[in-house]
Amino acid sequence: MDREELKKVIYELVEKSMGKKKLKQSDILKKVSADHGVDKSEVKAALRELLDSGQLIFTYFGGSYVEIPPKE
Amino acid sequence: MAQKHQTPLLDELEKGPFPSFVKEMKRAAEHSEYAQDLLGQLELSYKEKVTHWKHGGIVGVRGYGAGVIGRYSDVPDKFPGVAHFHTVRVNQPAGFFYTTSALREICDIWDKYGSGLTNMHGSTGDIILLGTKTDNLEPIFAELSSRGWDLGGSGSAVRTPSCCVGPGRCEWACYDTLELTYQITQKYQDELHRPMFPYKFKFKMAGCAVDCIAAIARADMSIIGTWKDNIQIDQDEVRNYAQSGMDIQKEIVDMCPTGCMSWDGNELKINDEDCNRCMHCIAKMTKALRPGKERGATILLGSKAPIVTGALMSWVIVPFMKMEPPYEELFDLVDRIWEFWDEHGKNRERIGELIERLGFPTFLKEVGLDPHPAMVKEPRRDPFFFWSEEDIEK
Repeated sequence: MDREELKKVIYELVEKSMGKKKLKQSDILKKVSADHGVDKSEVKAALRELLDSGQLIFTYFGGSYVEIPPKE
Repeated sequence: MAQKHQTPLLDELEKGPFPSFVKEMKRAAEHSEYAQDLLGQLELSYKEKVTHWKHGGIVGVRGYGAGVIGRYSDVPDKFPGVAHFHTVRVNQPAGFFYTTSALREICDIWDKYGSGLTNMHGSTGDIILLGTKTDNLEPIFAELSSRGWDLGGSGSAVRTPSCCVGPGRCEWACYDTLELTYQITQKYQDELHRPMFPYKFKFKMAGCAVDCIAAIARADMSIIGTWKDNIQIDQDEVRNYAQSGMDIQKEIVDMCPTGCMSWDGNELKINDEDCNRCMHCIAKMTKALRPGKERGATILLGSKAPIVTGALMSWVIVPFMKMEPPYEELFDLVDRIWEFWDEHGKNRERIGELIERLGFPTFLKEVGLDPHPAMVKEPRRDPFFFWSEEDIEK
């Protein structure tokens, strides 16, 4: 799976879980790695690109989670 | 700037003989709107006996998930100056050594973008810059970064590693705590800035068992200096202490927790096999006794303050490890511990709590450590590992 496709999978996972369950970074790595047979380090690198570009953000509510930023 | 809010309850805290944070906040309020309204909101909290802060949420700098702690007032109409009052954590230098120009630089940046109020240092060890607006976060980060500073850890991340002054100022340091702290900080940059764990993870490095950084009570991983061979004794200096009035029997021998010392009025004898390296005698007779020459560190795991569940103290997982660059043995152990935690840890479960939940034998097996009699949970208690059915059959 190429990097862009992987980023899309991660984004959709976070989007689908919104309002149901807050995802931690490790939840995303485990889920995407298991479902798509991709190494965790590749998932981590793709997730980092999404975070660095601001498409996803870290939030803190007792623990740290990955979420889609609120619309302005 | 005239005082904006009347603070009769806070004023009481200026009257004692102790240093007063209220006095300092009032000084800051002479030129800071943040500090003005902070005094007002705090007075209201004292009056109503309830906090008016909301904590957490969505604040930070791009790409980082740690280093900024969101804080908002729940009465922003009354106190607009503290409607946003975010905390910025800045990674402190190892051992808390600063030049005066570095301190001025931090304070100038904070006067420009924040309340001017600081906490030197927070309980994790960071420089804590108290109170700024969301819009100021990126400019602060840019300015700090351009001058070589970085943000520290927060949330479910590796927290900023901290250490005692180590060999920088202390002759008892059994390893270079400053160097190890620096190397851990560099090695785990990603884990420090991007929260990826079930909960926080703290490293604290102490050069000896005096543990000036209180690693054993606060750090998930406490790395405490120790030695393997015998305590170095200068008998002439021991006799000098006795001649100067020290009651060696009462103050040293009788205070030894393992009773491994004896004093015949002329010579101090130590049975090093029974010594538990507590540092009491060395700390009392600094000229006569020194740690041994074969030095390294004991690795302990699991301490924490009572946040989600009760407080824990760290316990020994590796009795002795050489602590020299490139620290591969330590980093390899840390990776295995994190893998175990990542696999089994629940949300907001610290590593010590996880080990308590699953049991120490499970931890040892999965991390690949052999049981050892030194793995005591508390001083003078039995080792808490158990024999499996297979072991009994052997």
